[in-house]
Amino acid sequence: MSLNSEDISRIANLARLQLRPDESERMLTQINNFFDVVEQMRAVDTSGVEPLAHPVAAFQEVALRLRDDVASEVIDREANMRNAPAREAGLFLVPKVIE
Amino acid sequence: MSKLIQGYEVVIGFETHTQLSTQSKIFSRAPTAFGAEPNTQAAPVDLALPGTLPVMNKGAVERAIEFGLAVNAAIAPRSVFARKNYFYPDLPKGYQISQYEIPVVQGGSVEFFLETGKGADAAREKKSVRLVRAHLEEDAGKSLHEDFVGMSGIDLNRAGTPLLEIVTEPDMRSSDEAVAYAKELHKIVTWIGICDGNMQEGSFRCDANVSVRKPGQPLGTRREIKNLNSFKFMQQAMDYEIRWQIEEIEDGRAIQQATVLFDPDTGETRAMRTKEDAADYRYFPDPDLPPLVVAPEWVERVRSQMAELPRVMAARFVGEYGLPEYDATTLTQSKAMAAYFEAAAKASGQPKLASNWIMGELSRRLNAGEGTIETVPVTAQTLGSLINRIADGTISNNAARQVFDALWSGEGRDVDAIIEASGLKQMNDSGALEKIIDDVIAANADNVAQFRAGKEKAFNALVGQAMKASKGKANPAQVNELLKKKLAG
Amino acid sequence: MSQLHDLTVAQLAAKLRSRQVSAVEAARHFLARGARHEALGAYLATNEEVTLGQAEAADRQLEAGSAGPLTGVPIAHKDIFVTRDFPTTAGSRMLEGYLSPFDATVVSRLSQAGMVTLGKLNCDEYAMGSSNENSAFKPVKNPWDTSRIPGGSSGGSAVAVAARLAPAATGTDTGGSIRQPASFTGITGIKPTYGRASRYGMIAFASSLDQAGPMARTAEDCALLLSAICGPDPDRDSTSLDVPAEDFSRSLDASIEGLRIGVPREFFGAGLADDVRAVIDAALQQYQKLGARLVEISLPRTELSIPVYYIIAPAEASSNLSRFDGVKFGHRARQYGDLLEMYKQTREEGFGDEVKRRIMIGTYVLSHGYYDAYYLQAQKIRRMIADDFRQAFTQCDVIAGPVAPTVAWKIGEKSDDPVANYLADIFTLPASLAGLPGMSLPAGSGAGDMPVGLQLIGNYFGEAKLLNAAHRFQQATDFHLRKPEGF
Repeated sequence: MSLNSEDISRIANLARLQLRPDESERMLTQINNFFDVVEQMRAVDTSGVEPLAHPVAAFQEVALRLRDDVASEVIDREANMRNAPAREAGLFLVPKVIE
Repeated sequence: MSKLIQGYEVVIGFETHTQLSTQSKIFSRAPTAFGAEPNTQAAPVDLALPGTLPVMNKGAVERAIEFGLAVNAAIAPRSVFARKNYFYPDLPKGYQISQYEIPVVQGGSVEFFLETGKGADAAREKKSVRLVRAHLEEDAGKSLHEDFVGMSGIDLNRAGTPLLEIVTEPDMRSSDEAVAYAKELHKIVTWIGICDGNMQEGSFRCDANVSVRKPGQPLGTRREIKNLNSFKFMQQAMDYEIRWQIEEIEDGRAIQQATVLFDPDTGETRAMRTKEDAADYRYFPDPDLPPLVVAPEWVERVRSQMAELPRVMAARFVGEYGLPEYDATTLTQSKAMAAYFEAAAKASGQPKLASNWIMGELSRRLNAGEGTIETVPVTAQTLGSLINRIADGTISNNAARQVFDALWSGEGRDVDAIIEASGLKQMNDSGALEKIIDDVIAANADNVAQFRAGKEKAFNALVGQAMKASKGKANPAQVNELLKKKLAG
Repeated sequence: MSQLHDLTVAQLAAKLRSRQVSAVEAARHFLARGARHEALGAYLATNEEVTLGQAEAADRQLEAGSAGPLTGVPIAHKDIFVTRDFPTTAGSRMLEGYLSPFDATVVSRLSQAGMVTLGKLNCDEYAMGSSNENSAFKPVKNPWDTSRIPGGSSGGSAVAVAARLAPAATGTDTGGSIRQPASFTGITGIKPTYGRASRYGMIAFASSLDQAGPMARTAEDCALLLSAICGPDPDRDSTSLDVPAEDFSRSLDASIEGLRIGVPREFFGAGLADDVRAVIDAALQQYQKLGARLVEISLPRTELSIPVYYIIAPAEASSNLSRFDGVKFGHRARQYGDLLEMYKQTREEGFGDEVKRRIMIGTYVLSHGYYDAYYLQAQKIRRMIADDFRQAFTQCDVIAGPVAPTVAWKIGEKSDDPVANYLADIFTLPASLAGLPGMSLPAGSGAGDMPVGLQLIGNYFGEAKLLNAAHRFQQATDFHLRKPEGF
């Protein structure tokens, strides 16, 4: 299967990327070249195979570690927010959010 | 058969976001306190600073298990956290960690009584709403829209607050039923203490999926009313939405699936600005979080530590005290109410009478806004001794009401003292009563004659005279009996 | 005495403990070398004041005799690890000037061990690449031939060690980012079992694959460093395993008599360049001389690891990189209309081509209607690949083969052919997908006298055995002692 330019713009929008036209062009060719490599994978018979989401699960039982419910974090708002592109009154500022 | 509106059947399903009452966030150690200075309750994890990773809060899982047990659901031995990907300023990571394919709580149901009809044809129907699931997820932050030089401010204090999203089947057939369900659910989560239930602060937020159809037709297209945070608005919003949908269809317009908001000021619902790609969340298992494993031993430990659930307690009231199911359900609306009943029932040994008084006199006053069950001026013990005095015939029901008034208004504290002081004791001394009756017979020769001539009315007149002469303290049954004897003799 | 910068970590540590050299002297020496060889492009950030402050603290410990095996030894960190005292960029414009309020666990563990931080090292943007040409700031040049790439994504780390700008460096390996640049620059590097090293503070590329590891000149040094790096981080990383820290140096000298070395036939196919093949064959013969036994094994899905990896890694990356949206930190576009435009323009400007490409691929394979065919299918084959290794390890103790099909290529040679770069990762991807430990050690030179590394893959938690096998090899050979002209 191969992608077309509509796919590219749909995905770019989903991924919030403002691709330039020439960029989209190149992206389309490169991604389609990549999916040629992917084809061999789609043919593999994987019926009855359990997907491996955590590599460790391949050799031992994995279970989520749980922490006790204690609010021990010491919060330094200034340090946490100092990299913000725009802030005011302890808030991050963004272009108007319309619901 | 559910009632129809203009020939349409209403179909409602609920999704409720309950904030879990943990000390810390679901994936960070930041506190969850409400109303703090912006971004002072947000740890680097909650701000999605580069390099941060989620670490699961055991308290949130425990609360999910408690809820599952409370609604007779299955607790999944293994459940999975997934990422729901979308961009929004109040969603710091660009994805929400939520349980998708395998939630921790599966199935279950919520049961309640639905009051139908008014006045004469008032009735109550037992309802059961099936739950699809309840899953753990993280709350988002807040966008503050008051103007910052044409921009919005983002406060991430709420980001990462643990949520249990409770999803029902589309089982509800009216807005009344839906609100009754929501109230029952609210009762359950606050009763077991997994949520503070504060709706103003957003601790208990409901989304209602509403559709209408002609009976027998497949489900109609639904519109989802988001963030209903008061029972009143809930009812208004659904009623408006139902009318609106029926009108649309009647006017030949098809309903488009949409997410809508309710505006309390206009009393109307309006469609939210739709994100064209909102549908494609690209869910996948979160590689930062191995599967959540809940061992049966853990579930049992939680079960053993849980307070008696409302429906279990209600069943016990039926069995132990022989109460009707309705009484039992009503008395288990709140822990305080239930405790009050049990104390009064024990003090009086008259459970049904106690129930009647609590559901009658007491509730009438509470509903009239005269205080709360936690602060009633009449203690359960006092009500118990009052009930005893009715049971042992010391006072009549009418007299008991006067005593209750006195207790409530604080005129008196001790039941017997009040009975004495206001002389409400029934006259059970037959000597004094015989004297009165003799006088009545003597003074009403004509009534006596009429009675003997077979006029029943005349007898009642004599009883009335006797009661009057006893200033109402005579026991009517006793008066009847003595009169008959003497007139016969 | 050989020069300070020619000493291994172990040798330098000994000199520091015996006070023949002070931590401050060592730090100054390496800072000076870093400055002198700035043209290599290895460093992205240094801070003399911070470094010397740490060195002075180390000297006090050394004076007080409370020093550990690494106290006072300088190290530099791949710029993918967040640090409080140095800006962290992950090689991306998106994060230019970013100051983290906390240190990565790996960084703080090494600091607690008394190591002195020289600075932050260049890498491919968000660790995506195998040539270091994807750094947003500058390419890194291979000291063996500055017209060639050093490999990636830990290219800066590899070059800093190879060119003696630092005795050791940290790296991260998602699909080979420690092993491949180590091979291309003639140094030693190891990636531990997934979950051994904490991922806290490592800017995430592909969460289910990322692992930190040391890069140094010898297996002995790697063992010392790995012992300090590994260990559970229960409070910060849910994927960090509850496996206690280990002394990986303990069995370095153990005999490898009778060691069964599995040689996967799929690693020696047509794709393998002859010069590399010759070096690997010689290395395997060397192992036989050391008493090891070669066992031919099969890893039938080796080739499949390329599509599987290049679906899983971009999928996870597309989600991990969503936080870079111009709201909380990092770059925000100057020009935009509404919120949507702000996002799109910011990410368009902040990310480089390869990162955007992977975000696109990852977004696509997770999107509606494609998830099962791509992502889920890849996760299933991933398990099959792990099972192939389990099968193989019933016949052998370690697996040996090439790290890469060729030696380091020329800068620019493949830069406009991403797929060619992907295909070159074929030998490092399988172990990454299975979460197995793997390393690269110098085994000789190929075309253009460029270094060639031998890859050793161990079973889960088999790091000590890997390092033992590597150390014995280095006791018998001098490839790891060779250094590029002029450094």
